[in-house]
Amino acid sequence: MYKYTIRRILASFPVLFGVLIVAFVLGRIIPGDPCKAILGEKATVEVCEKFNRDKGLDKPIPIQLAVYITELSQGDFGESLRFHRSVIEILIERLPTTLELGLAGLFIASAIGIPLGIISAIRHNSVIDLATMVGANIGVSMPVFWLGLMLAYVFALLLKDTPFWLPPSGRLSAGVIAIPFYEVYGLELVEGSFTYNFLEFIANMFIFNSLITLDWEVFKDAVTHLILPSVALSTIPMAIIARMTRSSMLQVFGLDYVRTARAKGLVEWRVVMAHAFRNALLPIVTIIGLQMGIVFSGAILTETIFSLAGVGRAMFEAITARDFPIIQGFTVVIASAYIVINLVVDISYGFLDPRIRYE
Amino acid sequence: MSSSIIKLPTTAGSFLTKSENLWLVAIRRLFRHRTGVAGMVILGFLILVAIFAPLIAPFDPNNSLIGKEKIKKRTAPCIYLLGCSTDEPQHLMGVDGNVRDEFSRIVFGARISLTVGIITIGFAIVIGTMLGAIAGYVGGWLDDVIMRIMDVLLAFPFLLLAIAITSALRTLFELNEAAESLFKNSVPEFIFAQRGLVYAMFAIAIVSIPQYARVIRSTVLSVKEEEYVSAARSIGNRPVRILLLHVLPNAFPPLIVQATLGVGTAILEVAALSFLGLGAQPPTPEWGSMLASERNQLFSAPHLVLFPGLAIMATVLGFNLLGDGLRDALDPRLRL
Repeated sequence: MYKYTIRRILASFPVLFGVLIVAFVLGRIIPGDPCKAILGEKATVEVCEKFNRDKGLDKPIPIQLAVYITELSQGDFGESLRFHRSVIEILIERLPTTLELGLAGLFIASAIGIPLGIISAIRHNSVIDLATMVGANIGVSMPVFWLGLMLAYVFALLLKDTPFWLPPSGRLSAGVIAIPFYEVYGLELVEGSFTYNFLEFIANMFIFNSLITLDWEVFKDAVTHLILPSVALSTIPMAIIARMTRSSMLQVFGLDYVRTARAKGLVEWRVVMAHAFRNALLPIVTIIGLQMGIVFSGAILTETIFSLAGVGRAMFEAITARDFPIIQGFTVVIASAYIVINLVVDISYGFLDPRIRYE
Repeated sequence: MSSSIIKLPTTAGSFLTKSENLWLVAIRRLFRHRTGVAGMVILGFLILVAIFAPLIAPFDPNNSLIGKEKIKKRTAPCIYLLGCSTDEPQHLMGVDGNVRDEFSRIVFGARISLTVGIITIGFAIVIGTMLGAIAGYVGGWLDDVIMRIMDVLLAFPFLLLAIAITSALRTLFELNEAAESLFKNSVPEFIFAQRGLVYAMFAIAIVSIPQYARVIRSTVLSVKEEEYVSAARSIGNRPVRILLLHVLPNAFPPLIVQATLGVGTAILEVAALSFLGLGAQPPTPEWGSMLASERNQLFSAPHLVLFPGLAIMATVLGFNLLGDGLRDALDPRLRL
């Protein structure tokens, strides 16, 4: 088992290295000429030569790559060209928004998708089953950006002046301020230190922050703002989870131990939950873990529609504005997170099902 | 793969043998599959719309109606059958911000979306098949290198990578005059005019390559030690011939399913890129960019967001349903 884990971890290193190279190459190609991207189109040849010398851009590419990887390993992600702030600072500000959005989306997707999948498996070929499968097909076919806009139209305009009204943009209403929990607790922190960065990151998840500071007004406001974007984000994962749950349950229902459980006279819901569902859970958990890519791609679109200042939006803006330090830094962070999640899913799969081994 | 022997019971109780083409069996199974038929109906309808677009569309999709009709921009749909006053000009889906008939634009958009989806996935299949076949058949370090590159591509959220590739292509061609003029001179003018869309298609194709490479590689691995492949090798066939005639046909069923579902996804992704302003550029009647250009008028003219979105959804749904049907028809055990 440990051999499997170690081999699986080792196997992800080349991929991580590949990601670093892709980020590096993107950072070199997308801005075109980094000097002109930073100093403007009118920068003269002499100025650019000096600039390239100072930034090490005149050195051979392998050396530039080595310098870049060394800087990254020291936690130095560089400084944004547009905002003149460190990439880490921007990440701490933006990532919590996306994290909250993504987690809420996945939560909604699982909370609705799993029960739907179980019900359609139990009532195989019934009206509910057919409706779920048609719904799932429509769910994966729907453009996220269109669903988001339509939800905003229905809930922010048509249902205005009703209790079902929901805000179409932002994370908090104007005038509502989320006070970071470390200030409420009276902690003294040095700005820019690791602890500060870490706590600031957590405090930027407004819902969590308002929960631990018991600020119900902010909590309610943050939750109502999160509903529409996370529902829009959740449709595709929900459809995939429901399908996976259904097919996994159907497979388990045909197995001997389920028949045994029924034969010994267990109540049906115990057969379903304790015997069938527990064993069907494995592929479901995997598929939930693998939704991260879809959730992140969706986040770029949902953040655009609901004016959320998240990582997806920041990344998109950085790419179109050729802000290459942000492109590089964010790419590395996002892709690494993606690799780590895949790794955890794979390893947990190996632990949960001992029959699975690294080839 | 091409034929099998099926025993048919006769009334006398004896068995007759009849050879039946497996593809015919699959096609018959597809036509009995409810969702498969639904998908074919949707797609058949869309293909007809795309082919006969000039006959169906009542107006020119790119020309403004200013001066031709007394109508304001972003007027809501007016359908005589549904009780709209006949004093007003009929526009089934209303008019857009530039006073163009939305229905005509949606109809012409079918041409763009179907072409975009099929060409994008076609390109991904060709490259993916070559890479997967080489990796699986040659094996060794080449296999490792190719598959690790595929892993790296899969390590990025696909839309993010697609945005990055699109932007890189833009920079490459637009900041570099030599490259741009080379591009301009080597392709027909209408392609160069749609270069934003071409970049987006290329990006989505690259992002889609790994899934095809994986399907092909696993099939090649599973059949390359089979006896008929060894036989073909021992009578002196060249590797390319063995691959094309004996190995790759086995990959056809999963590939067709994957490709059908892939076309739907590609249409969705290209529309998303266009929505973000990175694909088709106005005035092209591409559904994603039509939606994007009117999204700020959502509250005053929701029909201009509703219809392009519905059109995208119907098209993608058609491909997804057909893909489901094909999967069940070609191999009931296949789970992708």
